Amino acid sequence: MSTDSLTFIFLNALIINNFVLSLFLGICPFLGVSAKLNTAWNMGLATTFVMFVSSLCAFGLNILLVALDMEYLRLIAYIAVIASAVQLVEMVMKKFSPTLFRALGIFLPLITTNCAILGLALFQTFRDYSFLQSLVYSLGAGGGFALAIMLMAGLRERLDLSFVPDVSQGAVLSLMLAGLLSLSFMGFAGLGS
Amino acid sequence: MVDLHPNKPITLETFTRGIWEENPVFVMLLGMCPVLAVTNSGANALAMGIATTFVLVCSSILVSLLRHRIPKQVRIATYIVIIATFVTIVDYVIQAISLELYRALGAFIQLIVVNCIILGRAESYASKHRPSKAIINALGTGLGFTIALLCLGLVRELLGSGALFGINIFGDSFQPWAIMILPPGGFFVLGTWLLLFSWMRLRKEGKPTSQEKEAGYHEH
Repeated sequence: MSTDSLTFIFLNALIINNFVLSLFLGICPFLGVSAKLNTAWNMGLATTFVMFVSSLCAFGLNILLVALDMEYLRLIAYIAVIASAVQLVEMVMKKFSPTLFRALGIFLPLITTNCAILGLALFQTFRDYSFLQSLVYSLGAGGGFALAIMLMAGLRERLDLSFVPDVSQGAVLSLMLAGLLSLSFMGFAGLGS
Repeated sequence: MVDLHPNKPITLETFTRGIWEENPVFVMLLGMCPVLAVTNSGANALAMGIATTFVLVCSSILVSLLRHRIPKQVRIATYIVIIATFVTIVDYVIQAISLELYRALGAFIQLIVVNCIILGRAESYASKHRPSKAIINALGTGLGFTIALLCLGLVRELLGSGALFGINIFGDSFQPWAIMILPPGGFFVLGTWLLLFSWMRLRKEGKPTSQEKEAGYHEH
């Protein structure tokens, strides 16, 4: 499988170099919104959508910045684009699904500071992906984020029913679980070669 | 915690609060992405800590100076632009000083922009206090962040490659625990540190744990 093929890019972002479990991007929502499977699924969906839109915008923006010879403004421009995309998603969600809007609460505007999204925009620029490659990459990354957060939520829902010592409750347990998940995702590392 | 008396004089507490009581990583669980991602060696952890502290201090000063001029409605956007400006500076400076370090830290230098610690400090502290206090507070928080990064980086480097800051400690017979410098190691080491702190907190409060309650331990 060539590293430029669309299938490889998709699989790479989805499982081999999973954004959350092996690149450590988007840890905050991964630990914060993974208590319930349903919320986790919605968060994954919203993040994937924002990733898709901002990847699209970042691609166009980068061409413009390179043409104008203003690459030093890249970071500021990307952040502005992502913030607007999040605002858009927020408005759409408020209109069409107020319940979901309330369920996600503070974490919706916080997608702006989700490093997975800015990371995606930066990676696709560093790697000189074409338009189609960028789109596939953003879908893979979004899917990988949704996969990781849902696996985590499934595990945590199960753990609610079991006995956990006081000392390891909360963040400690979540991090240990994340470590185990990350360990199992390392098994995919050989897939690319 | 918001300081309710913006005109109170600067005390030692302004500085130390960010290091221990409100340690951004161990207590508030903020800025986890760089904490886990760049701590596979002590040197990377230290560089990341210094870079973040620089951005934190500079943006705190600027936000604090402009605190009466920034309109409330667009404050978050303004903070982000200020932070992004300093991150761009750091990005170019590190690239100029050491290309090797720049490659090792990768996109995580630019991702300082979305580190919630910095935006959090700007919103909850710098925008409400005068510059001198904001600097002290930012320095404390930055130091707390750097210490946390080093706590992870040193343990992971020691176990994962048997060295500290690149200097071999255990000798050649040491079999490196490679998983520690790989992604899962980050989660495990941070989890263990938090476990330690949570154990210490429970000990200090002296509350019986649920196991002890179950065994009727404190009733006797």
